Amino acid sequence: MIDARIIDKLKEIVGPDNVAAEIQDLLCYGYDATQMEFLPDAVVHPADTAEVAAVMKLANQERFPVFPRGAGSGFSGGALPKGGGIVLVTTRLNRILRIDTENLIAEVEPGVVTEQFQQEVEKLGLFYPPDPASLKFSTLGGNVAENAGGPRCVKYGVTRDFVMGLEVVLPTGEIIRTGGETYKGVVGYDLTRLLCGSEGTLGVITKIIFKLLPYPEAKKTMLTIFDSIDGAAKAVSTIIGNKIIPTTLEFMDHATLQCVDRRFKMGLPASARAVLLIEVDGDRELIERQAARIQELVKPLGLVECKVAKDAAESDALWKVRRLVSPSLRDVNPDKYNEDIVVPRSKVPDVIRRIEKIQQKYDIPIVNFGHAGDGNIHVNVMIDKEVAGQQEKAHEAIREVFQAALDLGGTMSGEHGVGLSKAPYIPLELSPVQIATMQAVKRALDPNNILNPGKMFPVGSTT
Amino acid sequence: MDPLKRVEQELKKCVKCGACRANCPAFSAFQREPAVARGKVALAQHILKGDIGLDDQTYLNMSKCLLCGSCVEKCPNEVPTDEIVIAAREALAEQRGLTTFHQAVGRVIKNRKMMTFGALAASILGPLFFRKVPQTSGLRLRFPLPFIGNTRHIPGIARKPFLDRHPEVIPGEPGKPRIVFFVGCMTNFVYTEIGEAALALFRHLGCTVIIPKDQQCCGLPGMSGGDLQTVRELAERNLAALERHQADYVMTACATCGGALHKFYPAVVGRRNPELAARLKAIAEKTVDAAQLLHQLGLHPEETGAGEALRVTYHDPCHLRTRAITRQPRELLTATPGVELAEMEGADRCCGLGGTFNVYHYGSSMAINEAKSRAIMASGASVVATGCPGCMMQLSDGLKQHGQKTRVMHTLELLARRLRR
Repeated sequence: MIDARIIDKLKEIVGPDNVAAEIQDLLCYGYDATQMEFLPDAVVHPADTAEVAAVMKLANQERFPVFPRGAGSGFSGGALPKGGGIVLVTTRLNRILRIDTENLIAEVEPGVVTEQFQQEVEKLGLFYPPDPASLKFSTLGGNVAENAGGPRCVKYGVTRDFVMGLEVVLPTGEIIRTGGETYKGVVGYDLTRLLCGSEGTLGVITKIIFKLLPYPEAKKTMLTIFDSIDGAAKAVSTIIGNKIIPTTLEFMDHATLQCVDRRFKMGLPASARAVLLIEVDGDRELIERQAARIQELVKPLGLVECKVAKDAAESDALWKVRRLVSPSLRDVNPDKYNEDIVVPRSKVPDVIRRIEKIQQKYDIPIVNFGHAGDGNIHVNVMIDKEVAGQQEKAHEAIREVFQAALDLGGTMSGEHGVGLSKAPYIPLELSPVQIATMQAVKRALDPNNILNPGKMFPVGSTT
Repeated sequence: MDPLKRVEQELKKCVKCGACRANCPAFSAFQREPAVARGKVALAQHILKGDIGLDDQTYLNMSKCLLCGSCVEKCPNEVPTDEIVIAAREALAEQRGLTTFHQAVGRVIKNRKMMTFGALAASILGPLFFRKVPQTSGLRLRFPLPFIGNTRHIPGIARKPFLDRHPEVIPGEPGKPRIVFFVGCMTNFVYTEIGEAALALFRHLGCTVIIPKDQQCCGLPGMSGGDLQTVRELAERNLAALERHQADYVMTACATCGGALHKFYPAVVGRRNPELAARLKAIAEKTVDAAQLLHQLGLHPEETGAGEALRVTYHDPCHLRTRAITRQPRELLTATPGVELAEMEGADRCCGLGGTFNVYHYGSSMAINEAKSRAIMASGASVVATGCPGCMMQLSDGLKQHGQKTRVMHTLELLARRLRR
């Protein structure tokens, strides 16, 4: 689709060193964390907004697809070049343009790595709370495009809640700014919110204005161990029902605990059936009171043990339980489908029970953990792709998991997005009119279907 | 292809999550996916599938790795990318032959006599060809040749190698540990003061120190070029030399040599030679780093007397960090009267040397080093201590190019200088 003439034009735009068409470069930009692979025709590394705009104009003229890509760490295939075209990499757009300590805002380019940004604002006593598990390597542009979440969302909200404004190159190559630097603003449609979580289908983000908070004075971490899943789930609603919103309420089910313990010998009590990792932050005195109150509230709910960290090192040790989940899952089976359903908080035990039934029905191990505080559960369907028939069984099981979440008033994705992997299931959640409305927006902004085509909408539907 | 077959199962463990992007020094320099572990794993997978061959492009991409192990450390699935890169380089060497440079490296490191002779010649002739820089910098010579880079600084060569200066067995007190000292080329020929410092410290503790005369280069310079034949030969000869003596420990004062004996011999040579595997493992289990051993044997702070007040910062060599030897050298330093340890930002990040990486990608190597030099300067320390002569050379080069007078020292040297005798 892309010939030497177009490659030359791309080289004119971004410089010859920043266009790659060698097979090895193409192979290295065709994957992400979904394990799917597609080969692009070329990879371009623009350095600024003008270059991005010129690439988009050329794409519209010559009618080739463009797939924006940050770190390529997505779980839904949002940056994969399915069908060929060019991958537009934002790695070089990696400057923190300003941190305004007076107005508590920052302006960044999309290729900045999330943790680097957090560290820079923290040096100034400020706080950027969104903390996806991939924060050490994922980029802010990707976080905005996918509307990333993380453990701290219970209290602080997701990436979208911190985006005040954007600079965006539209699929046709025009540059617009949305939102701004003010906390209030009601002029026109809220395009900022439309673009957050649009998965790179409506525009290429080239600048982001973030809202910042003061860095909390202190935090306190507790690991609470329960003898039943209901106890842990009840604890979540009891704590919040008593008007305490912890920073974090991370949940691990029995299967997860077994995985971690088998591999890392955490020394958890035999009666442990579920664990909640709870963290509160804020004013030093307030969090002491909150921590004490939380312990009081969860005691009658089948609490087996409550470990409270006295300092940062002990807090780290408690977080270790959560961090070890991922590496220990492989002991169950070598491959996994990592889904991220959300249900209303009170429905967490119901959905876990439904998933247990699905697991028995299909005879595939399913391990659940995640952000109980906002009802966002990571459902890990563990399979061995080399065993015949397991992949098909997994897809059936996943469909039922999604249906269970929807039946309980939830959604099929809280933070990974739809991308390629969930596109086939989207009609389970959205009505034909909803899908048509969204596609109308897409058509209005991207008449030639140039930008990240084939994502989000059901396979075979026209956009 | 065959060497890659051996790591095929390991390749399957990579889920392409991208976690390796966070700490990879090569990625920080090149900013392109083929330079990071995930990319190299993908390329290795496609080589096995036959989608790409062992061509120039593969050679270039596989050369963009410092074998620092940071990706292995941080990988949630424990993918041993360093072993995968070594296997790929071996496959490339098998199919394409070694580069002239690596042929020469192999020839030299297999032949100690040649190295000794070359060192003698270099120690005499070197100063004629290079510009001298002050002794205290840790570097004594500067390349004046435009094609090597007028600014690059390298250390001078010792007139008499460390191994030729001492008897094979230096007896200590009865009942005290017996230590076999694996010296390593850099200490033997260049930074002999590290060897002297190790001797002084362990003799002070009453240990018997054995320096097998027939020990060879550890072979890692060969490994980084895919010359596994040389590595195997050297591993066998070193095994024989080290096994000749009854000892409680095999000690290294070079992080890279320690990495070879402790990790790479069993992982890389042992994987290919099952008949050697058990012996390699036995040596690996005995292998300790000098700072680790001093810490373990209890070098008391009062034994290192007060000298001038020093603000010292510590750089973690990759091959100590990946063995979790990070606390011991710091505790030895902070326990030393008069020494104030000032942590630098990113102390655990690679200095950029990466063995022969520094030769092939000097510009990128120094780009990685740039952050390190800045962090050292920002720490306000007048001395940067570390546990690897290779890092010492790289750190000195970087600091010197910034016009800094910061002294680069091995931890042992700093401790030995303050030893109350």
